[in-house]
Amino acid sequence: MLTKRIIPCLDCDLQVPEGRVVKGVEFKEIKYAGNPVELATKYYEEGADEIVILDITASHERRETMKDVIDRLTENVFIPICVGGGIRKVEDYVKMLKAGADKCSTNTAAIHNPQLLSDASEVVGSQAVVIGIDAKRRYISSPEDAKDKNVFETEKGYCWFDCSIYGGREFTGIDVIDWALKAQELGAGEILLTSMDGDGTKEGYDIDLNKAVNNAVDIPVIASGGVGNPKDILDVFKKTDVSAALAASIFHFNEYPVGEVKKYLKENNIKIR
Amino acid sequence: MVTIIDYKSGNLKSISNGFKKIGTESEITRDIEKIASAEFLVLPGVGAFGKAMENIEPFKELIVEHVNDDKPFLGICLGQQVLMSSSDEAPDVNGLDLFKGHVEKIPDGRKIPHMGWNQLKIYNNSQILNGLNNDFFYFIHSYHVVPDDENIIAGYCDYGVKIVSALSENNLFSTQFHPEKSGLQGLKILKNFVNLKY
Repeated sequence: MLTKRIIPCLDCDLQVPEGRVVKGVEFKEIKYAGNPVELATKYYEEGADEIVILDITASHERRETMKDVIDRLTENVFIPICVGGGIRKVEDYVKMLKAGADKCSTNTAAIHNPQLLSDASEVVGSQAVVIGIDAKRRYISSPEDAKDKNVFETEKGYCWFDCSIYGGREFTGIDVIDWALKAQELGAGEILLTSMDGDGTKEGYDIDLNKAVNNAVDIPVIASGGVGNPKDILDVFKKTDVSAALAASIFHFNEYPVGEVKKYLKENNIKIR
Repeated sequence: MVTIIDYKSGNLKSISNGFKKIGTESEITRDIEKIASAEFLVLPGVGAFGKAMENIEPFKELIVEHVNDDKPFLGICLGQQVLMSSSDEAPDVNGLDLFKGHVEKIPDGRKIPHMGWNQLKIYNNSQILNGLNNDFFYFIHSYHVVPDDENIIAGYCDYGVKIVSALSENNLFSTQFHPEKSGLQGLKILKNFVNLKY
């Protein structure tokens, strides 16, 4: 049986040499969790199934730092590595894969230019093309109010999901389900689905969102955003069929070591490596 | 010394890093001379069958010769599929035909690609999978191999359907999963490979 993947995410500030992993995306209380190469190696040794590395300061010159980080960490880390942030052209995919990454995730660039997904999948293969979708709930009083959207009935009322870009600073009005299906058709091989409502709240994954997207597409979905403890990961695996759960801050500072989280899930009958 | 064929497919660096980690020298190359004189040959691969066969064309005869000389050969992922006779992914393109059989799309009714860690079951004993029964390996593929002869199946995994995960015949080996992305267990396979006698 295929096991559920546990994916630590390293949010990296690459404005310093070698980069540094940031905990807490809010600028008020920013903390540094460590060096990306060292942390990736530690999580690999603890049993992480894959690692996502996001450049939260994405800009042209910093991509060289990212390439360097990937280059060094893949000398000792033998699990799949996905890179996100600042991937805008097919050449960016090629460059990261050459450095040793296995997948690249795009969000804003793909919304602006969906053809990037088909062009990239043709060159590097669908397995390396991850579409990052940042979803925001839009509540409405009745399904009639958003006839052109996929509306879901949730505990908090009717809503549809809006695609956000630029790390949640802008909204597109594009329906998440429609975009997920389109991205799949264009050649994306996996969806990294982040709830912008949940992100940073530690209130758990958005179950409605993950269920809705996962049921709509055939490609694997990674749940992200909102995790506060291992119980939240258990919940998303019990209540939806997503393939993987991503978490950032809970793994840092040994709050919940990867190995213990996996052990807990196993004890609760989740198929885990 | 392991020679990794560079035919513009996939993440070659991780494979050479894997060999480096187990203390074996390796070289990524598309140099005909070097491939012709290789002791241990690795054919990596991600992407599509048709395109891969096109890119392999310059090395095709060398690969066949290497295998016929019974020198150790390892195909990984798409590098396993191109060893077969043919594939649904590109019906008009011939495979290397070193393993008799066909490559088929994974049947609907499950997530495709088959992506993630699955548990390997040893089928016929093969040196390359020594000591690795029931261990987990990283898979990422949408097509799977169906060999004519069950005797060459070294291992499989369960994905609602049986996925043939490794093939083995004399010194010719292949895996559908990525040993270079499968942690310590994967590195063990690379180790088993370089320990082969020929």
